[in-house]
Amino acid sequence: MRKAFGFVLEILRGALITARHFFVNMSLHILKVLGVKTGRKGAATIQYPEERKPLAPRHRSLHRLTIREDGRPRCVACMLCVTVCPSECIAVEAAEDPDPDIQKTPSSFTIDLSRCCFCGFCVEACPEDAIRMDTGFIELAESHRTDLNYGLERLRK
Amino acid sequence: MISAVKTLGALVWLLTLTLYLTWAERKESAIIQDRIGANRASIFGIRVWGLFQPLADAVKMMFKEDFVPAFADKTLHTLAPFLSFFFVAVTIAAIPFGPDVLIGGRVISLQVLDLSTGLVFVLAMLSLGVYGILVSGWASRNRFTLLGGMRGAAQLISCEVALGLSLVGLLMVFPTLRLREIVAGQGRLLFGFLPGWGIFLQPLGFAVFFIAALAETKRVPFDLPEGESEIIGFFAEYGGLKWGMFMMTDFMEVVIISCLAATLYFGGWQVPWLEPGGFRFPWGGEWVLPRAPVAVIQVAAFNLKVVFLCWLQILIRWTYPRLRYDQLMDVGWKALVPLGLFNIIGTGVLLSLVK
Repeated sequence: MRKAFGFVLEILRGALITARHFFVNMSLHILKVLGVKTGRKGAATIQYPEERKPLAPRHRSLHRLTIREDGRPRCVACMLCVTVCPSECIAVEAAEDPDPDIQKTPSSFTIDLSRCCFCGFCVEACPEDAIRMDTGFIELAESHRTDLNYGLERLRK
Repeated sequence: MISAVKTLGALVWLLTLTLYLTWAERKESAIIQDRIGANRASIFGIRVWGLFQPLADAVKMMFKEDFVPAFADKTLHTLAPFLSFFFVAVTIAAIPFGPDVLIGGRVISLQVLDLSTGLVFVLAMLSLGVYGILVSGWASRNRFTLLGGMRGAAQLISCEVALGLSLVGLLMVFPTLRLREIVAGQGRLLFGFLPGWGIFLQPLGFAVFFIAALAETKRVPFDLPEGESEIIGFFAEYGGLKWGMFMMTDFMEVVIISCLAATLYFGGWQVPWLEPGGFRFPWGGEWVLPRAPVAVIQVAAFNLKVVFLCWLQILIRWTYPRLRYDQLMDVGWKALVPLGLFNIIGTGVLLSLVK
């Protein structure tokens, strides 16, 4: 009997908690509509396209291939990024480079961003500092899946 | 003619409230959970806090494919949502919205059907709603929907008993089944100041009634028949507007239960200390009002009570997790039924002592 009474008490307490949330948030919303400044928000929501959360300065997302002074990619097609990539989204095809000191160059370099998990391992693995990740690009959406296969030209920008 | 207008008015009232209850539920749940809720639906860029959301939902549901599975019983599968919808919608006929009003020299009662067995009629129709559940579960020819339908039937029957028992106590206090007379009976004052509402005369009866009624609505703490996300429910094989009708039925049941609770336990259209001639306060003051504003205040009071009870039901739905099946049966048979019986005995003893 006492146990059942305790249950009922806790059940009522639960309803009071949600009711408190409702009344506090509702009055904050009403005050906002009336134009009263309270310094508190009624909801934790960020209304995305209009309102944006500032990105961290160290945030890294979209890949970029760095280039040499003559405009060719720094990549030497060593395949380390391909090897380290946990989601297997990088595909590199090697070709011979005319410069005997460099030896190899990528004839194609594709990153499938629909598979990429943005872990940054490729950047860590690269011995030539040929791949980096840029900050501030988070809207990587396309209408077709194949459009997310970024090739050499796209990544060089 | 008048009854046709009244029927139409009651149905429009019920369906509008139901439609906007879907919006209110989304908004209230959002506010409880520190969110904002549906606010994107707009007409020509006018958003008004997403007030057009129900219309957008309705349009979406209408243009969805009207799908009947190849293995289903086509007739029954189509009939089930209509059964469900009808038996709930028809109960609005017995609810008194306000006192008798004088329009153009004719006395018009703000009630569609003044049945001498109004309360029994409402209970009977709500119980018949179980056919919608069972038939949809059966006609879908799907084991999961059938199990959902059986769960629904078992739940409704076990809570129906408690619902009936809780109302017996009320009927002992107001010895009539006519809902109008029950409301009229709640107009007098207790001890000279307390409005004689059912909740003050039957607090335990109200608790049992409200919990059993919540189970009747098949919503979250008691949503074992549906349980869309985890345990598959009776309307798993429905889509589009038919699914929408099942969902509307749930919301309509919320409105009906609120109407019923307001009528039986919160004095219906009675406002404390408001008499046909105006307010007469227990501390001696008086505020004379003509008849028309009094009627308007009383109808508004009924609407306010219904909206408050709908709010309370949504709050309950967004507070508690679902009961397990055995817990539900325990609540029904081991808590509500004994409490209902105790309430009857207690009421009887008290009534005999008072007399």
